[in-house]
Amino acid sequence: MIFQKEATMRDLIGGHYPYWCVLLLMGIGLWGMLMKRNLVKKLIGMTIFQSAIILFFIISAFKYGATVPILDKQLGVDDPTKYINPLPHTLMLTAIVVGVAIVGVGLALLILIYRRFHTVEEDVLIERMK
Amino acid sequence: MRHLPVFIPLIFFLGALLMALLPRRRTSLPHTLAVAATFGGWVFSILGLGTVIASGTIRYHLGGWQPPIGIELSLDALSAFMCAVVTTVSLLVLIHSKCVAANEHPGKAVPFYSATMLLIGGLLGIIVTADLFNLYVFLEISSLASYALVAIGDKRAPVSAFRYLILGTVGASFYLLGLGFIFIVTGSLNMADVASILPQITTTPPILIGVILMVIGIGVKMALFPLHGWLPDAYTYASSTSTALIAPIGTKVAAYVLIRLLFFVFEKDLVTIEIPVLKTIGYLGAAGIIAGSILAIAQHDLKRMLAYSSVAQISYIALGIGLGSTLGLIGAILHVLNHAFMKACLFLVSANFLTKLGHADISRLDNSVRLKMPWTAAAFTVAAISMIGLPPTAGFFSKWYLVIGSFEQSNWVFITVILVSSLLNAVYFFRVLEKIYLRSNEQKAEDKETTAFASSEAPASMLYPTLILSAGLLVLGLGNVFIVEHVIKLMIPPNL
Repeated sequence: MIFQKEATMRDLIGGHYPYWCVLLLMGIGLWGMLMKRNLVKKLIGMTIFQSAIILFFIISAFKYGATVPILDKQLGVDDPTKYINPLPHTLMLTAIVVGVAIVGVGLALLILIYRRFHTVEEDVLIERMK
Repeated sequence: MRHLPVFIPLIFFLGALLMALLPRRRTSLPHTLAVAATFGGWVFSILGLGTVIASGTIRYHLGGWQPPIGIELSLDALSAFMCAVVTTVSLLVLIHSKCVAANEHPGKAVPFYSATMLLIGGLLGIIVTADLFNLYVFLEISSLASYALVAIGDKRAPVSAFRYLILGTVGASFYLLGLGFIFIVTGSLNMADVASILPQITTTPPILIGVILMVIGIGVKMALFPLHGWLPDAYTYASSTSTALIAPIGTKVAAYVLIRLLFFVFEKDLVTIEIPVLKTIGYLGAAGIIAGSILAIAQHDLKRMLAYSSVAQISYIALGIGLGSTLGLIGAILHVLNHAFMKACLFLVSANFLTKLGHADISRLDNSVRLKMPWTAAAFTVAAISMIGLPPTAGFFSKWYLVIGSFEQSNWVFITVILVSSLLNAVYFFRVLEKIYLRSNEQKAEDKETTAFASSEAPASMLYPTLILSAGLLVLGLGNVFIVEHVIKLMIPPNL
């Protein structure tokens, strides 16, 4: 049901290696977010995770031998099949803006936490919150 | 009428912008502006609901670009109904917020009300959009506003807000990642377009991964058990108005997204046969109902108890979605409406207690509360009865549809869970009702000063919204046949 055709291990790794790199980045990000006890490190993990997703979209648009979608005869690419789909890039511009806003709010919250509890270590924080 | 889908969220964003221009010294102006903008949004939503019921879906193409290429906003029966629910509840909560905001966080009216405007605008944007990526952007707008709102409040509020931010971002990122897989396969972001492309192509692993990731992401935002970890702390430590605003409508809108994705975007075979998404959601819902209710019994603080009860109540909606039948969906949508009213009413009551008594600690409540604040106590009683699910209050009827929906599929597990959870709800609400009605106030000397503080009923601006919501529960209960026949029947997708 899931795998329509026989995929060999080499195809899976060689054909998709950028995706495996993205997966690795995601793993690092998730690990940082969920396992690190320092809140700043959690925020850094979150940024890595978001960057991995942005890379994922950009990679999905990539095509060998294709170029930017500008309709210009002098560039020699008036053939639409030679264009890279620009939509993922524009989507990711929005996603980057959203990511910046989230990191901004997160850092503001961290400043507030540090002013009130004088720590960003989660274990100490739980002690001091009681 | 043609422009209604864009006006409904836009008026709130305009409100948020204008808020920053207000003179700082006039502290009552932000509240007036917020209520005025919400009233405008409410009028548009009611107009929209009337138009959609009378003459069908309104589609709006932003910038005149045709759908698969441009962004489309659409107001169909389901989204018009959700808009009406969200704006009604937020209008009442914002009217109520005047004294609470002045009392709990004085001098912060401008940022507070801008954040509420952004929250409501973002939620309405999620509801009206017909574009999957646009939905992500609105999801993040509303989430960012709710992180800010949750951080205003108790001393510990920023810590719970930070946890909410991390988990909420994981949820939204999962949604975005799943969306990426769906986009790679279908090449489209428009919901109707994706829905028409998916049945034509063979189901490949990327589609399955995309569906699973999107459902997990929305599950975090919806606080679907066991992804509800952020919710109890966030609701407890936030200021009363933030909680009263986020609890009834925030998670409900995420539930709406789940309904929209599972019944309108993905084909039925994909989410039932290829991967049993619906069934999983249903059983997670059943587990969440029991776990949330039991945890609610263990709480001493009224707000915290209500937060855990929110986990249980959102699980009813998940259970209704999981049934995947007409009756289940009617139950789920009706419960979205009913629970929005019940939870808003209960959180407003806890805000009245906090303002007048200075605490919302269940063990310190006694019958002086009822003598001094008879109307607030009455509103609490009606809402509690509705939460337990006794007729003729609204809560009974949505549970009734869920029970007959489960009965139709002979799913005895779900029926047992719903019946047992009603008993558990009765346990934790009667515990509070017993304190309010039966415990005399001479028991503790230390309580004397607090009872002296509770000199009177809550002010009119706080009392009337609470009473309107609790009266609404009776009206919704008695009028449920009308709502189901004339409104909810229109939302059921034809292939169900």
